[in-house]
This record gives sequence, C-alpha cells and structure tokens, in this order.
Amino acid sequence: MNENKQYVVVVLDQEQFGIDIQQIETIIRMRDITRVPQAPFFIKGVVNLRGDIIPVMSLRLKFGLDSDEYSHNTRIVIIKTEEHCIGMIVDEVREVVEFSQESIETIQRLAIGSEQKWIQGVGKTDQQIVTLLNINTLMEELLPNKE
Amino acid sequence: MDMSQYLEIFIEESKEHLQSLNECLLQLENEPHNMELLNEVFRVAHTLKGMAGTMGFTKMQTLTHDMENALSAIRNGKIQVDGNLIDLLFQCLDALENYIEEIINTGSEGKESYEILIQKLNQFLSGDSQKEEEQKASKEEQNVNKEEQAILSLSEYEQNAIRTGFQQGYQAYAITVYLNASCVLKSARAFIVFRTLERYGEIIKSTPAVEDIEDEKFDLEFSVVILSQEEKEKFTKDILSIAEIVDVKITEIREETHLKNPEQPKASTQENTQSLTKVDQNEEHENRVKPRAGKTVRVDIERLDTLMNLVSELIIVKNSLEDVDRRAEQNFNESIEYLERITTNLHDAVMKVRMVPVERVFNRFPRMIRDLSRQLEKEIHLEMSGEETELDRTVIDEIGDPLIHLLRNAADHGLETTEDRIKKGKSASGHVYLRAYQDGNNVVIEVEDDGRGIDAKIIKQKALEKGVITSETAENMSEQELVELLFQPSFSTAATVTDVSGRGVGLDVVKTKIEALGGDIEVKTKLGKGSKFIVRLPLTLAIIQALMVQVGDEKYAIPLNTIQTIEDIPISEIKSVQKQEVIVLRNTVIPIVRLHAILDVPEKEKEKNTLTIVIVRKGEKQAGFVVDGLLGQQEIVIKSIGQYLSYIKMIAGATILGDGEVALILDVNTLV
Repeated sequence: MNENKQYVVVVLDQEQFGIDIQQIETIIRMRDITRVPQAPFFIKGVVNLRGDIIPVMSLRLKFGLDSDEYSHNTRIVIIKTEEHCIGMIVDEVREVVEFSQESIETIQRLAIGSEQKWIQGVGKTDQQIVTLLNINTLMEELLPNKE
Repeated sequence: MDMSQYLEIFIEESKEHLQSLNECLLQLENEPHNMELLNEVFRVAHTLKGMAGTMGFTKMQTLTHDMENALSAIRNGKIQVDGNLIDLLFQCLDALENYIEEIINTGSEGKESYEILIQKLNQFLSGDSQKEEEQKASKEEQNVNKEEQAILSLSEYEQNAIRTGFQQGYQAYAITVYLNASCVLKSARAFIVFRTLERYGEIIKSTPAVEDIEDEKFDLEFSVVILSQEEKEKFTKDILSIAEIVDVKITEIREETHLKNPEQPKASTQENTQSLTKVDQNEEHENRVKPRAGKTVRVDIERLDTLMNLVSELIIVKNSLEDVDRRAEQNFNESIEYLERITTNLHDAVMKVRMVPVERVFNRFPRMIRDLSRQLEKEIHLEMSGEETELDRTVIDEIGDPLIHLLRNAADHGLETTEDRIKKGKSASGHVYLRAYQDGNNVVIEVEDDGRGIDAKIIKQKALEKGVITSETAENMSEQELVELLFQPSFSTAATVTDVSGRGVGLDVVKTKIEALGGDIEVKTKLGKGSKFIVRLPLTLAIIQALMVQVGDEKYAIPLNTIQTIEDIPISEIKSVQKQEVIVLRNTVIPIVRLHAILDVPEKEKEKNTLTIVIVRKGEKQAGFVVDGLLGQQEIVIKSIGQYLSYIKMIAGATILGDGEVALILDVNTLV
C-alpha cells in the first residue's frame, strides 16, 4: 500500500498551505456569498452548492491576515467531514502534491501567527515547503458549542 | 450473525403487529366469543414471538410466548375473556412497546424483563385467582420433590444458560435448603447461603425469587439452581456449617433428563424467575455498539414509479436542451415549458412520497380512550373519521402528543360524569369526535366533545385570580377572547387535578407545539353542548409560502403564515414608548423592528417619507418589520444553514432563489 498522502496546495498571502485531498469535496470558483447576520467575523456567509446551503469562511480572516481581495484566481475549497461541510476561501489553488510520511515534519513555531493547533506539520519537497493544515481541529473549533 | 441490517425491518413490522394486536384486543373485549378475532390475535402474537426470537431479543420472546399461552387457553375455552384479562394483555402490549422503544433507541431490548406480567399471565393460566394458585401449589409441594419442581420451572432462557454452562465444563445443581423452624432472621440466613453458593459458581435461579426471599416471603425452605465446577458434597458441607440450617438436598441436573428441547414450548408452570446469570449471549449483544434505527417512510411502489418516470422525462428534456443550439428558438421555449411541467410534477411526486396517512397517529387513540374510559369511570365513545388524510412524515411524528393532550382534555374536562349527563338529559355515554380532512394547503384536525363546554365566566374569574388579565380588560373581552385565554401558560380550569390531565401545563404547550409545526389552533365552544378544538397544520414543512422582502441590498424571506398585513406608514406616525418605536394600528400598539439594525444591513441613504412595515404575529404578540421593499410572494424550499451557524436564532433557515442565490428566512418567533 502506498503510504504517501496527497495534498492540495493553496495559497494564502503568498504562503503555501496543504489540505488533505481526502477531506476536500470539491473546489469552486468564487461566487456570490449571502451574508449571515450575527455570524463570526471570519464566516463570510453561505453559498448554494448544488442545492445545499454551505457556510463559507475566510481563512485569511481566521488566520489574522488582511481581508480577501477576490481575483479570478480566488477559489472556495469545500471541505467535507463526516457530518459537516464548510467552504474556505483561498487566494489560489495551485496543484496537488504527494508527501511521504518521512517528508512531513512536525514543527514547533510557524511564521503565521501562533495558531499551531491548526497546523499538522510541514511537507517538504526539493523545490518547496508546504504548511499542512489540520482541518479537523479547525472545523471542530467552528462548532457552536465551542463559542 | 449480524442482525443489524434487519433491525429496521424488524422495528417497522413489530410496530405494525403491535398496532393490529391493539386493535384486535379492543374488538375482542366487545366480542369475547369471536373466534376469528382470537385466532388473529394469536397469529400476530406468534409472529411477533418468532420475529423477536430470530433477532435474539429473548426477553421479548419470553413475554410473547406467555401471552401466546394465555391466548391459546382462551381459545381452548380454559379461561374466559374478561376486562381484567384484557387489561393484562394490554399491559403486556405496553411492555412490548417499551421493548421496541428501547430497541429503537439503543439497539438492544434493555434489562427490564416484566416478570410481574409473566407471573400474572401464568396466574390466569393456572387458575382464576391467586388463592387457588397458592392452594394448588401447596398441594403439589407435598407430592413433588422440591428440587424437581425448581428444575421443572426453569425458563427456556435459564435452560439455555445451563446448556452453555455444560459446554464450558460446569455442573448444574438444584439445591433446596431447609431452615430451622426457630430461625428468626430467615432472610439473613438465606443471604449467607447465597453468599456461600456464589463462591462456588453462578446462581441461575431461585425459588422464591430473590426479592421475595429478601422480604422473608418464604417458608422454611427455598431452592436455587446453580452452575458450578465443584462437587455437590462440598456444598452440602459448607451450607450445613451455617447456623440454623437443618438440611440440604442436592440434585444434579442432567441435560437428557431435565432439560427440554428448546424448540418445544415449555409447559405452563408457575414461574417466578429471576435471572442472575451473566453467561448470556444477550449481554454480549448489549456491549456491542448497535446502530440506531433511522427514520423510514414506507412508500407505495406506484409512487416510486411515478418518480422514476418523471426523472426519465427530465433526462429527455436535458438532452433536448443540450442540442438546442442547433435548432430553432421555438424548440427552446418548448423544452423550457416541458421542463417546467416536469419539475412541478416531480415536486408533487416527491411530496407524496413523504406523506403518511394520519391513521399512523390516530390508531393508538381508541386504546387510549378505552383506558381513559375505565380510569375515569365514564362511558366514552370515540368516533374517528378521515384517517386516510395525509400529512408530511415530519408533522406526523410531532402531532401525536398535542392530540393526546386534546383528547385527554376532552375526556377528562370536557365530558361530564355519567350521572351528570343523565341529569342533564344527555345520552349516558359521552362522545369524542376526532376528524381529519384536507382544506386547501392545510390539513385540519378537529377534536370535539359533546360535554359541558367551556364557561367563559369561570375562565374570567380564574384569569382575574391568577392575574392574567386586569378587571378593566376583562370587561372589554368578548367571550371568544376569554375562552382563548385557555392557551395562556399555566391555565388549567379543572377544579380537581386528576391523574389524566390538569396539572397546569396544558393547552399552552399544545399551542406552542402546533405553532412550531407552522400550524395554529382555535377553539369553539357552546356551554352545555360541548367544545371543539380545531388544529390547522401545513401539508408539509419542507416547502412554505413566503414573502420575499428587500432589506438594504439583501433579500430575506418571511413565512407568509406569520404575516398579518402589510402597511405603508408615514414616518410621522411612528411614536416612541420607553425608547421602543411603536405604531398604532387599528387601536393596537405594535412595536416596530428595524430589520436594518437587527440584521446589520447598511441603511440606504435617503430617508423615505413612508415606511413599508410588515406586520407579523406570533401567538398573541405582534410586531412590525420595517423593510425597504416587497419582492413578492414565493413558494420556497426550506434548507438548514448547517450546524456551524445554527446558533443564530433569528435565522430559521435559508432557501435557494431562482437564480441560484441564497436568501435567508427570518425566524419570526425570535424577532417578535
């Protein structure tokens, strides 16, 4: 069995992040988002995905970066866990890379804020470094009982 | 073998069987000699037993088995059908229902084994009254050896435990312990004996039951059946060493001689079983995580066929739209019209799949009324009509409790006692009517009684006492308005609080529940003639009529059934009362809610001279929503906005508009 895992590489503020491909339902282009009053600041609203209503969050705002500037590269990555679906806005979706277990390094401190718990580790290839997101903790945190 | 895949079918079918048992028993009570009915009851009980057995629900199986015994005795004419027996059978039915409920919730039948019911059943079997039973038993005692008796009364379940024990190299013994006639603390002695025995093995059964022994409900001897690897001489020695024990008799149980073949129904012996064993496959069962049963709807195959046909038509239209480029414009319009027709039909068809006849709720009411009738000692006739009326499954699941409440009210408060009725020149038996019918996009359910009706004066008095209204307002209230005070929280007019209804929680709960379902309830009453509660429910919850409104640049939906009127109000008419903006409309003061502010929408710059205000109503409360514009009425499909945002209470959900955009639905209940 192949132990390698595939990650979708997305870009946020010039930095590359990897999201486990198994957790991605689909990737859609930016579309009109319906704002939801009283939602947390990083939840931009909801979109219609083939008849389902899905909340969309801004990873930039969540990570404490400047707010999004939508361009033709902007995408919404739809993440699906067992029960929930959520969309994450990213500046750009670049490619799919494969990392073996050995090439993933857990790391203590990261350039991007102190929110380590959202980070799974760092994947390295010859050319690039990709910060791997821990989608599960990120999503758990969003559930209302954590508020 | 993994049975979980059959669990849902089992639950569905058991429910059906229990329902038909229920109906048959009700009928049987009226016609005790109807052999056909009896056979039907017997057949259903038998099927249930088989099903429970297959699924490994042994306690359920035991109970149905004993019910079957009782029924077969009725069939053979050994015992007579009377109210008590029917009551008992109904209790068994309730027990079975509890089992099913437990299975639905946890996947296992639970620990309750309803020994008392089984005992009672067997009492009916072996004689009419307990006394005879005891006499008989005491006679037998002189003849039959105690141990043999204990062995004979082993249930199938216990026999199985013993068999399992044999396979694991255990011996089974039936032990009878005789106490000294001067023994004072019998239960304490017995306890020591039990303790001693438990050191050597597992006690499977004791006669009398452990509880009875603890309560000293036994003579000078008791018997136990035990599984152990030790030799019997060892027990004898140890037990005899306990003070005040006179004698011990031990018989070894052998499979060939003492245990019956499990397929054979066991003889109806007296049985006060208490299962203590842990060597039981049932326990293993419980430890495994069982899937919980989901919600299912049984669908008529014809309805599915319609759906299938529509979907295939949909594909045809899709294909014709695909090559529309190559063809004339006219074709395009045709295809669109075709598509429209299909989607409308598809919508209807899917709605129908979700529909269930109200019979599903109604069918438990005859039984309930029968019990009430016995309990309240009133003669009550329930007449039902329109059971075939269909409602959305989600509504059906919720409507049961409110209806039970209304029916109980009708039976308890509505109907007079039999003497009172005769005094008033009414028929001795009271009538409760339960009707269902469709009315446009609503289903109406009426609960009517021909009892005493509701006295507005008493309500007025009560309301004043409880401070619900002031004496000035009371003067101005019409009778109807007074009667509607019944729906206020904590308002029970029953002079006496009975077991059946009238604990002060009542109609307000019913009303809240029905409103949560998107329906409403009203009451009509005539003093001395009776009262009628009319419940109006939407056909389905998933699709509602809504008014689309514009707030700033955003669109919101307000459910149409909450809207009373829409008014254009000049700004000058907006008053301020305690910092709350209000308007006065037809002599009512209505607070207004600026949706901009609440929804954080930037207000459009120009302040208009008149405001468009949507007046909504939630129960008794009204409010006016200030909106920027009306976009029109629309049928919308309600979608959840997901768990991440579920805590935002003022949004009831979302819907997808024609252009694929999402609009939020306002929750009027929280905003008012």
